[in-house]
Amino acid sequence: MSTPMKTHLKLDHVDKTFERGGVKSHVLRDINLQIAEGEYVSMIGHSGCGKSTLLNLIAGLIPVTAGAVLLDNQEVNQPGPERAVVFQNHSLLPWLTVYENVNLAVSKVFSSTKTKAERHDWVMRNLDLVQMAHAKDKRPSEISGGMKQRVGIARALSMEPKVLLLDEPFGALDALTRAHLQDAVMEIHSRLGNTMIMITHDVDEAVLLSDRIVMMTNGPAATIGEVLRVPLKRPRRRLELASDATYLKCREAVLKFLYERHRFVEAAE
Amino acid sequence: MGLAQLKTDTAIEIIPAAAATVHALNRPSPKREWLGKIPGALARNVLPPLLVIFVLLTIWQVACSHPGASLPPPTQVFTEAYDLIAYPFFNYGDQDIGLGWRVLVSLQRVAIGFGIAAIIGVLVGAVIGQSDWAMRGLDPVFQILRTVPPLAWLPLSLAAFRDSSPSAIFVIFITSVWPVIINTAVGVRNIPQDYRNVAQVLRLNPLEFFYKIMVPSAAPYIFTGLRIGIGLSWLAIVAAEMLTGGVGIGFFIWDAWNSSRLSDIIVALIYIGVTGFLLDKLVSAVGRIVTRGA
Repeated sequence: MSTPMKTHLKLDHVDKTFERGGVKSHVLRDINLQIAEGEYVSMIGHSGCGKSTLLNLIAGLIPVTAGAVLLDNQEVNQPGPERAVVFQNHSLLPWLTVYENVNLAVSKVFSSTKTKAERHDWVMRNLDLVQMAHAKDKRPSEISGGMKQRVGIARALSMEPKVLLLDEPFGALDALTRAHLQDAVMEIHSRLGNTMIMITHDVDEAVLLSDRIVMMTNGPAATIGEVLRVPLKRPRRRLELASDATYLKCREAVLKFLYERHRFVEAAE
Repeated sequence: MGLAQLKTDTAIEIIPAAAATVHALNRPSPKREWLGKIPGALARNVLPPLLVIFVLLTIWQVACSHPGASLPPPTQVFTEAYDLIAYPFFNYGDQDIGLGWRVLVSLQRVAIGFGIAAIIGVLVGAVIGQSDWAMRGLDPVFQILRTVPPLAWLPLSLAAFRDSSPSAIFVIFITSVWPVIINTAVGVRNIPQDYRNVAQVLRLNPLEFFYKIMVPSAAPYIFTGLRIGIGLSWLAIVAAEMLTGGVGIGFFIWDAWNSSRLSDIIVALIYIGVTGFLLDKLVSAVGRIVTRGA
């Protein structure tokens, strides 16, 4: 982001401790981050570093132990459609069709602001956005993993969230499908200009999609190690970037962070 | 920004694929296959039970044919109880009605008792499944109560209602409600966290959560409970009617025993068995339709 924008989402000294059966585990400490409107931020780190916990804190699905998550200067203390989540394993309701899954969100969020016909159009528009309108009457069990994740993205987008949270959205997909969906997400981001926060453990994915990459140290008590700005112009094309010097430098920076300075150590438990 | 700028030490060789040849496959037409399957399936599913029934009837006939046998052989049952077998829906007034009518009277009681059990069972099960404390506190109580035999409830029920018909319905209710409660509670506890997260992000209220997430997600469990429940109801009604009287199929058996009409009892047993079988199939069919997606 070349032009400074006003802070949209702010993580202010966020701390998270889980307590189970008297045993405390300090997962996250002193997380400070400011995210501007329309920014695409990735969070990367080894497994167990608490990046999913951080996303859940922003989503409001779990409460912070200390500090605060602020969205437009309002404290986040419960989940809500303005912070829609694309879950790792799509989380579509298997007894509903593709259309009904998206409509569940649309009819709840826009129950008083849109008429029935407008809600229908809105569902279809969001399914079009992820190119899934053709499968609107299929059930999740009848479509592929990549298609399910597309519908999950459509459902999240249909809530018109201020911030879209993506929890390893492409983690369960094969490499080719993943590339397709990454392109789709980039396209949607450029079209709608949403603020997006994505959890990932894929270095290429982080560099390709993000404006900034937040690199997490290893747990326990993980925190933000470094933040890398990705100064690549948009639209970005993966083929051109494969040999782009800036791209390769960003990639190297993340790899060095992950495999040199903060190597994953198997917990000796 | 071309690929040429990239420094490579080893050259990469790209080999174009040769044109593939397409082979046509000779497959038998699907229509013929399908037609050929019908008699086969019929033979597989219908013939064995018919054969077994025939063998069993023969053994029964042989065993009970000697003079002084305590039970009537099938041929005697058929001739003595021909009215009951051939005309299930005759009605000569008051106590002289066909077995079809009697089964319907019993079914009506089951419908009321089991209907209440299904509604209350799902609601109570949903509440218990949602709360760890309620589960821990109530589960042992339910586990004990569900083992009480249906008829053991009858004296208490008669004392409380002072009338046989509501007592019989209560016995059905109290017999069939436990499996519904327990299975619903387990189903609700097994709702994946993902679905709960979706509901939370959407801010569904408890009522919306109940019918949009909880019931569909727990439906397979609920229907398992309902299926066990309907079986128990049918067991309970026959026993309860023997003691409370009325025109149900249970009382018919008791009445026939008192007037030594053994053939009638045997026919009534077949009616009860077939009805119970159909009830079970009905609930499982409804369950399959309702849970088709889950």
